[in-house]
Amino acid sequence: MEFFLVTLLNSLSYGLLLFMLSSGLTLIFSMMGVLNFAHASFYMLGAYFAYQTSTYVGFWPALVIAPLVVAGLGAITERYGLRTVHKYGHVAELLFTFGLAYIIEEVVHLIWGRAPVPYRIPEILDFSAFSIFSTQYPAYRVFMMLISVAMLVALYLVLTRTRIGMIIQASLSHPDMVQALGHNVPTVFMLVFAGGAALAGLAGVIGGNAFVTEPGMAVSVGTIVFVVVVFGGMGSLAGAFIASLIIGAVQTFSVAFDYSLLSLFGTIGIKVNTESGWMELWKVTIAQAAPVLPYLLMVAMLIVRPKGLMGTREG
Amino acid sequence: MLAVKDLHAYYGKSHILHGVHLSVGKGEIVSLLGRNGVGRSTTIKAIMGQVVSNGSVKFKDRELMGTKTHLIARAGLGYVPENRDIFPTLTVRQNLMLGMKGRKESGRWSMDDMYQLFPRLRERADAPAGVLSGGEQQMLTLCRTLMGDPDLVMIDEPTEGLAPKIVEQVANLFDEIAKRGISILLVEQKLTIALKISQRLYVMGHGEIVFEGTPEDLRANEAVRKEWLEV
Repeated sequence: MEFFLVTLLNSLSYGLLLFMLSSGLTLIFSMMGVLNFAHASFYMLGAYFAYQTSTYVGFWPALVIAPLVVAGLGAITERYGLRTVHKYGHVAELLFTFGLAYIIEEVVHLIWGRAPVPYRIPEILDFSAFSIFSTQYPAYRVFMMLISVAMLVALYLVLTRTRIGMIIQASLSHPDMVQALGHNVPTVFMLVFAGGAALAGLAGVIGGNAFVTEPGMAVSVGTIVFVVVVFGGMGSLAGAFIASLIIGAVQTFSVAFDYSLLSLFGTIGIKVNTESGWMELWKVTIAQAAPVLPYLLMVAMLIVRPKGLMGTREG
Repeated sequence: MLAVKDLHAYYGKSHILHGVHLSVGKGEIVSLLGRNGVGRSTTIKAIMGQVVSNGSVKFKDRELMGTKTHLIARAGLGYVPENRDIFPTLTVRQNLMLGMKGRKESGRWSMDDMYQLFPRLRERADAPAGVLSGGEQQMLTLCRTLMGDPDLVMIDEPTEGLAPKIVEQVANLFDEIAKRGISILLVEQKLTIALKISQRLYVMGHGEIVFEGTPEDLRANEAVRKEWLEV
């Protein structure tokens, strides 16, 4: 019970962090039809900028400054990068974001080196918020959840209650029509791209010190975020939300389970020939298989529902 | 008010419009006729800056060729597309609000005007537009564009696939539009409607204007009707 509650809380904070990333990616994809391969790079930049800024002015200003700087970079990327290659079609756009991800990684190597940087949780949040039975639950994890939920609510309110949110929603279905009504859709695209980058940057600020800030973080989180977006259904925010929580839970819980197919067979009474060539497979525990589980889930989802959980677009 | 000269338009490598010319005066209703695929919709899209094109599009003595679509709309040109691009997740009211160029109702039309013209829209004001019937969506698209207070509105096939009763309502709306001094450029397949409400007509064939004149001229000219209009 204790293990379950602690792991549930951890998976929740991780899942919410994933949603901060996947929501931006989803919005950008549904509006512009561009799968932004550099999205997780903005996450990484958020973490590094926060580390650098916090060495000068501390964590709290960094929490605001780093996402804003990332938003600025996002706006520039859209305005001078994507918009320029747009006329050559989606393949050119994909290649552009793909290349950008590599460039950002190399720039991070150049500036901060290949080793992790000592980006730490601020002391004021480095205590235990409460205890579940005998486990002390870290306050920073609670703080992460609060920030994520606050962002989620803010995103929801902007999309549903404001005029710009209505224009964004309308542009998801018919961008040409929105523009023909006199709204500056290219600028809205730029704002959405910047907003998505800012969300990713913020996720980096609060995730970089909870986990580890190193040049490989973009790739490792990026692939998971793509799994989330495909699993939830391309272009669906609700799907991305549910998928984030599911994938977050799968990743967090699976590393802690020692069960294998062999133990399952034992429970349901199937005898296995110990000489069998399959024995090695039966002995693999869930914990050992943990890294591959999200991908297996994604493949299973694609077989059952090619559109993803709540996707609307046809392949 | 609107003067189009030598308009050429392209989809990729195919050359769709070959030097179209047409004009619409202030408060005038002008129809653009022709069979499917002769470039009527493309003409309107080219005027709106939505397809690759060259030539001259003058509106209120201002050259619009090369201007971005949203600025063309802000210059006072309204566009009602054929495929009724309503915003399905937004409510009817929100769709109408997005027709407005600013936050406040301004100009010749208010929400109330729209609800009076089409009481059905008032009843469905808070329903997502995606659940409306085809006819209701057509009304919504028209009203949405009018909320932007255009001086000239280009309407693409507004009565296609609509029940006769709704066609009548839409025709009434045209009267109302004309009464307020707004010009209409209408793309229409139904010859009877076009002949009834237009002051002048253009007939298109193969990306060019092949006839222009008054409804009387077209009624009298059986050769044009046979060659370019009748199926």
